[in-house]
Amino acid sequence: MNLDGWIQIALYGAVVLALVKPLGSYMTRVFTGERTLLSPVLGPVERGLYRAAGLDARQEQHWLAYTGAVILFHLLGFAVLYAILRLQAVLPLNPADQGAVAPDLAFNTSTSFITNTNWQSYGGETTLSYLSQMLGLTHQNFLSAATGIAVAVALIRGFARASSGTIGSFWVDVTRATLYVLLPICVPYTLFLVWQGMPQTLGAYADATTLEGAHQTIALGPVASQVAIKMLGTNGGGFFNANAAHPFENPTALSNFVQMVSIFAIGAALTNVFGRMVGDERQGWAILGAMGILFLAGVAVTYWAEAHGSSVLNGFGLTGGNMEGKETRFGIAASALFAVITTAASCGAVNAMHDSFTALGGLIPLLNMQLGEIIIGGVGAGLYGMLIFVIVAIFVAGLMVGRTPEYLGKKIEAKEVKMAMLGILCLPLMMLGFTALATVLPAGLAGPANAGPHGFTEILYAYTSAAANNGSAFGGLSANTLFYNSTLAIGMLVGRFFVKIPVLAIAGSLAAKKTVPASAGTFPTHGGLFVGLLVGVILIIGGLTFFPSLALGPVVEHLAGAAGQTFATGG
Amino acid sequence: MPNQLRPALVLLTALTVITGLAYPLAMTGLAGALFPAKAAGSLIERDGRVVGSSLIGQSFTGAGYFHGRPSATTAPDPADASKTVPAPYNAANSSGSNLGPTSAALAERVRGDLEALKAENAKTPVPVNLVTTSGSGLDPDISPEAAYFQVPRVAGDRHVPEDRLRDFVTSRIAGRTFGILGEPRVNVLALNLALDELARR
Repeated sequence: MNLDGWIQIALYGAVVLALVKPLGSYMTRVFTGERTLLSPVLGPVERGLYRAAGLDARQEQHWLAYTGAVILFHLLGFAVLYAILRLQAVLPLNPADQGAVAPDLAFNTSTSFITNTNWQSYGGETTLSYLSQMLGLTHQNFLSAATGIAVAVALIRGFARASSGTIGSFWVDVTRATLYVLLPICVPYTLFLVWQGMPQTLGAYADATTLEGAHQTIALGPVASQVAIKMLGTNGGGFFNANAAHPFENPTALSNFVQMVSIFAIGAALTNVFGRMVGDERQGWAILGAMGILFLAGVAVTYWAEAHGSSVLNGFGLTGGNMEGKETRFGIAASALFAVITTAASCGAVNAMHDSFTALGGLIPLLNMQLGEIIIGGVGAGLYGMLIFVIVAIFVAGLMVGRTPEYLGKKIEAKEVKMAMLGILCLPLMMLGFTALATVLPAGLAGPANAGPHGFTEILYAYTSAAANNGSAFGGLSANTLFYNSTLAIGMLVGRFFVKIPVLAIAGSLAAKKTVPASAGTFPTHGGLFVGLLVGVILIIGGLTFFPSLALGPVVEHLAGAAGQTFATGG
Repeated sequence: MPNQLRPALVLLTALTVITGLAYPLAMTGLAGALFPAKAAGSLIERDGRVVGSSLIGQSFTGAGYFHGRPSATTAPDPADASKTVPAPYNAANSSGSNLGPTSAALAERVRGDLEALKAENAKTPVPVNLVTTSGSGLDPDISPEAAYFQVPRVAGDRHVPEDRLRDFVTSRIAGRTFGILGEPRVNVLALNLALDELARR
């Protein structure tokens, strides 16, 4: 670790924090239907869309109707994407002549993009046509992100309203998130990325003759427009196989910094939207504070582990940390920081190969996802995931003092706690259940590229990433098989809907409740005590659930590596 | 739910066209007008022929060129399409090695590369980025130390004084952005092109 690294990390934190208030204020105006700077331009488009859709923008939905709309939107989006992938060979904009995507891979990929996971069983430049990338993937990058934001806003309304039968209109929320939040940021962002060197072309792959006379085919495409939304919407699905490690997908240290900022920007600002809509910005800052503590702890561990390097390679007299799988222009600090950010949020883009991280350096990304990606988290998903933990923390506090728990004037009762626990428990069921299955079935054991505990971690990481809707991978796992494509897709679906639906049920239930005024006995939820309690509850639940799996994977590997032991495949 | 079908179909179609076609195509047009060379992949031409991209590394093996980092990219095996063979710096199939910290295969490869490099230059410690593969397999850069490490070999092959070559390398180091972001580095293809240019004069 060195000072330069820590200055980069501090600068990152400062820039993200500086964006929270302006972006939070803007998004609050968007989702409460007030006029914004962009209304003169986008207002007519928005109203035109509602007219064509036969919608009255003021007509709100009961939580069940809202949930129905969410599910319907996902189903139709899936059908469109699946069709495009299967038919890409006969559709236009296919200069590299990519064939139709196989059914199991198309199923996996469609599921992956509608759930905002963006797991890549495919390699972009070897599998997908430009049309599939744009019309198929780019549009789901927008819509799955917009859906996440919509659900978070619906939950915020549940806390903010009293005795209300509705939680907003999904159609209005998803349209506004796309038109007013995501698109206006992506346009200048795309141009910035091209200025940094990112390709944006429909031309065919380039042919070069290298200085030594060899032939090199250079994959190109409309990269920048997709990368902008991939980062901003915490999607993470790469245009290329190597994702943000690819020089075309992340050309400079500056493009890397801005990409990292854009992963956290909306998620962090949503805590401020929450504070503003419930009428007390401090509530948002308290939640952001809990996220910040967990984030910095993760960065410190991963940066330390990567800067220290692998014991096995250090044994050869090498110094300078673990550079296997990392790019020279980013170095150790910016790679470690990126890995923690992308898994704290549900992004899943990678600028270095997590599979080649040291055992402890790779443990933190894994743990971030296992906790449910609540540290800033996916756009929308992070906030509602964190609010689930808030409900549990408040419930625990209520048990300790023997009082009915309250949060923001709402009584937290059996229904909310049950729904919150359902959202929390579905993740370990998918992550650990499928990992257990894959480690006993031959089809599962055929996957890992590495032997020993690292191979186990590759499997655990895959199901964790899928259920948490992250999409990053320990990329050595051969996941493009019928077994992995199907089981991972199931993990993604359960991880998406068995959190979203309980969240919307909580939103509906809370919105219908009366607000009780705060009294002397009310537990204040904007102070250090509450932040500490929240962090404690998260670590205890996460730790108790996942420690055994972490012990079998990264912890054993760390100890074996420290003793100089290596593992050979096929032996 | 039937009353939801119309908004679902209309909004999905409209937003798909806006975000999946209008947005990327408009961006392609704008980017091509504002930054034509970068939008097309930062390709470098020499004597009218494309020799590569300034952002994409390429494989160098000759003693007279500076070498990039090891690359783990592969290509389909011409003999059996279901298998792959090593193909360093294959810019049509980016990937890392994905070998973990306790992988015997990784330890074996690093040990072999280390021995070869020590045989070439026993005086300087081997920089770690010269024996580790990058995440993309297409890393265009090496660290300044990795470039200095190769100066004796390149100078010997090209019959130029080591001091002069060392200064030449120093002049081509790109520092941290704003003095803060990323790491100092040397673009290998640009360095080798400049070296060839020097030899021609």
